[in-house]
Amino acid sequence: MVPEIGHFALILAFFTALAQAALPLLGGRIGEPRFAAFGRQCAVLLFILTGTSFACLVYSYAVSDFTVLNVVQNSHTTKPFIYKLTGAWGNHEGSMLLWVLILALYGAVLARGGRAVPAGLHSLTLSVQGMIAAAFIAFVLFTSDPFTRVFPAPPNGEGLNPLLQDKGLAVHPPFLYLGYVGFSVPFAFAVAALIRGRADSVWARLVRPWALTAWTFLTIGITLGSWWAYYELGWGGWWAWDPVENASFMPWLAGVALIHSIRVVERRDALKGWAVLLAILTFSLSLVGTFLVRSGVLTSVHAFAVDPARGAFILMILAFAIGGSLTLFAIRGATLQATGAFAPVSRESALIANNVLLVAACATVFTGTFYPLFVDVLSGEKISVGPPYFNRVFVPIAAATLALAAGAMLIPWKKASLTAVSKKLLFAGVIAAGAGVLVGVTAPSKVIAGGAAVALVAWLVVGTLTDLGERTALFRRPLADSFRRATGLPRATWGASLAHIGIAVYAAGAAGMSLWKTTDVIFMKEGDTAVIHSISVKLDDVRRIKGPNWIADSATFIASKANRAPERLEAERRFYPVRGMQTTEAAIHPQAFGDLYITIGDHVDGKGWPVRIYFNPFVACLWWGAATVVFGGVLSISDRGKRPRRKVLGREMSANPAGRADPQPAIGMSQA
Amino acid sequence: MKRLATFIPLLVFVAIGVIFAFGLSRDPSRIPSTLINRPLPEFSLPPIADAGVPGFASEDVIGDVSLVNVFGSWCVSCRIEHPFLLKLSRAGEVKIYGVDWKDKPGDGAAWLEELGNPYAAVGDDADGRVAIDLGTTGAPETYIIDRQGRVRYKQIGPITPEVWNKTLKPIVEHLKKSS
Repeated sequence: MVPEIGHFALILAFFTALAQAALPLLGGRIGEPRFAAFGRQCAVLLFILTGTSFACLVYSYAVSDFTVLNVVQNSHTTKPFIYKLTGAWGNHEGSMLLWVLILALYGAVLARGGRAVPAGLHSLTLSVQGMIAAAFIAFVLFTSDPFTRVFPAPPNGEGLNPLLQDKGLAVHPPFLYLGYVGFSVPFAFAVAALIRGRADSVWARLVRPWALTAWTFLTIGITLGSWWAYYELGWGGWWAWDPVENASFMPWLAGVALIHSIRVVERRDALKGWAVLLAILTFSLSLVGTFLVRSGVLTSVHAFAVDPARGAFILMILAFAIGGSLTLFAIRGATLQATGAFAPVSRESALIANNVLLVAACATVFTGTFYPLFVDVLSGEKISVGPPYFNRVFVPIAAATLALAAGAMLIPWKKASLTAVSKKLLFAGVIAAGAGVLVGVTAPSKVIAGGAAVALVAWLVVGTLTDLGERTALFRRPLADSFRRATGLPRATWGASLAHIGIAVYAAGAAGMSLWKTTDVIFMKEGDTAVIHSISVKLDDVRRIKGPNWIADSATFIASKANRAPERLEAERRFYPVRGMQTTEAAIHPQAFGDLYITIGDHVDGKGWPVRIYFNPFVACLWWGAATVVFGGVLSISDRGKRPRRKVLGREMSANPAGRADPQPAIGMSQA
Repeated sequence: MKRLATFIPLLVFVAIGVIFAFGLSRDPSRIPSTLINRPLPEFSLPPIADAGVPGFASEDVIGDVSLVNVFGSWCVSCRIEHPFLLKLSRAGEVKIYGVDWKDKPGDGAAWLEELGNPYAAVGDDADGRVAIDLGTTGAPETYIIDRQGRVRYKQIGPITPEVWNKTLKPIVEHLKKSS
């Protein structure tokens, strides 16, 4: 019964989404404001219906209802309860339902909370959201129905891929989707702007928090995935340039470009075409991200859900969404006139350079990800593009972007003097050069690359701090005065500075892991000792232990360092009988300059246990850097000062209920 | 000029879309083997010492649809795959031959003793010559052989229930029916 309710709610949701797509559009054409109001109600109803549907699926998992095919394929009675629940979205069908649910959530928030949006823009935006929802609900209903029944019901399920039975990964898809799907709102705003032929600073202020929210969630999602790969996959890596990782990284890069160009539209009424195009590009790449994982166009370690029929459906959605919006851009893009003029040396120019670099970075990732496919289509050969390509092509562009970020915040809008900016950056340059040389002299290996990386990190951190110092007049005025200025700075400024520092910290982690990671593989018997980075690691004992749905060889290591109390570490090699799969639980021992990371393999008679010991330098910088970036994002979102004042606009709108015409005159629409 | 510039993104998208559409009509996981649709190269491998299973020669495969599975006791994925191979062979779904790749004396026999034997015959490819002729890139790897002794499909990586049901079983059944 419950699965049928879920299925039925989803069918209702499909028609609700169609109504949400069509009615506000029609209402705008014939001048009937009640149609727009109906569209807003539809968005809320859509969320309730998809929420019901999703709850039904989760319930089926919770009670292990093995008459539902999806539960049979992905669950098992012995699985811990929490993973029964998270199993609901650990598979293709459930994850697509989650995608739709999150889309409906954004739509509902936009419908309820978007009172400050000019009415015409609001209903157009909701209508575009409705179209996307209808397409994806149809996709779920026709190609990926999670509520299909089986009869007779099998006595037990096939279990969830044990790699996915993990807390980090359980919350990874929801955050990733909150990011991907969140970009649908800027996309809808961009399409609406093109239809209306105006994108002004009001538009930019409205889009900014949505773009930032989506981008912040995407940052969390990617970091969680990376963290999971680090501690669960057992190879001590955090990023492999795997196509599925790239799929989430491309919208992230485009999203960075988007939030920077929106700022220019908001402040200076320029770069409008760019901002609109980037909004389209970012959501398009999010769709491609969904497409990549779900269609099997590219193969990777993420091998679940390979089905060309589904791919064809998503291809149709892509063609319609991306092709449609880009056609609109082609025809209407030129009507978005800029009014703000600026000099070649100015904040605007720096942000254009940032946009160009980020789009180039995005293009290199895109090329690397799809090149094998292109070669296959053109010549029939199978090749793969690995980390060497990305290290050689992506890293220099990323480095240039970071180098630019250090100075960009110091450059004033409109017109700036290159000498003044260089003077301000002199201190950062000296510190960076000093740090680079210091590392170059002391590093055990990779002297030039390491020195350059550390110099870049120092340059960005000190450059950002210099900007904060300038803004608060630090050391030029009394400290109390500086403190007052600091508290008076817009939260968006603090957010941007923190995000830049976070990226620098992340880059330090990435450089450390890429340049100075060490690995050692040795056979150890119980009682043997190995030494790595002046830490002696003793294999104390290995026991066979039993978990709820796995058995494991659990190894206890004793790590001891001079003058420190020895510490016990546990590494496991688990076997999940239901799926016939093995997983590795690494022993991770954080040190001052990195993690000691130990995994064990299968016992070999006469030789002992193959033990892999890694030293992962600065790996914690990755997580702390990402956390800082996220905190910066949250601060920027919370900066309400940049939003249009809801009270004023809301009153104007309610005072004008019949027309619901735009209460705000279009700023910057002069047809010069 | 500015009007035309706004068409560039659309043109780029259409170009990429066309390639995507072609790409979708191809099977991405199929790494072409030079052996596909060609007879199995000729070889005659001795049995594994003390295993009590006959050795494996290329002419054994003629007459019935079968799998040739390249494995090694040193290979972790083979250990994962093994129980399912055993199930397939016990259920009589398909005949399976084994090539024990680069194993040390005694290891292969111990493996079969410990985990059970799904194979009709197993050749001991201690120096890896036959694996080279087969174009094996890593273990486990499995070839589907038709009644005429031709290689029809190459599976890289372990045979899981999903791989078997979705990919291999349809091919095996098709070959059983057609020839």
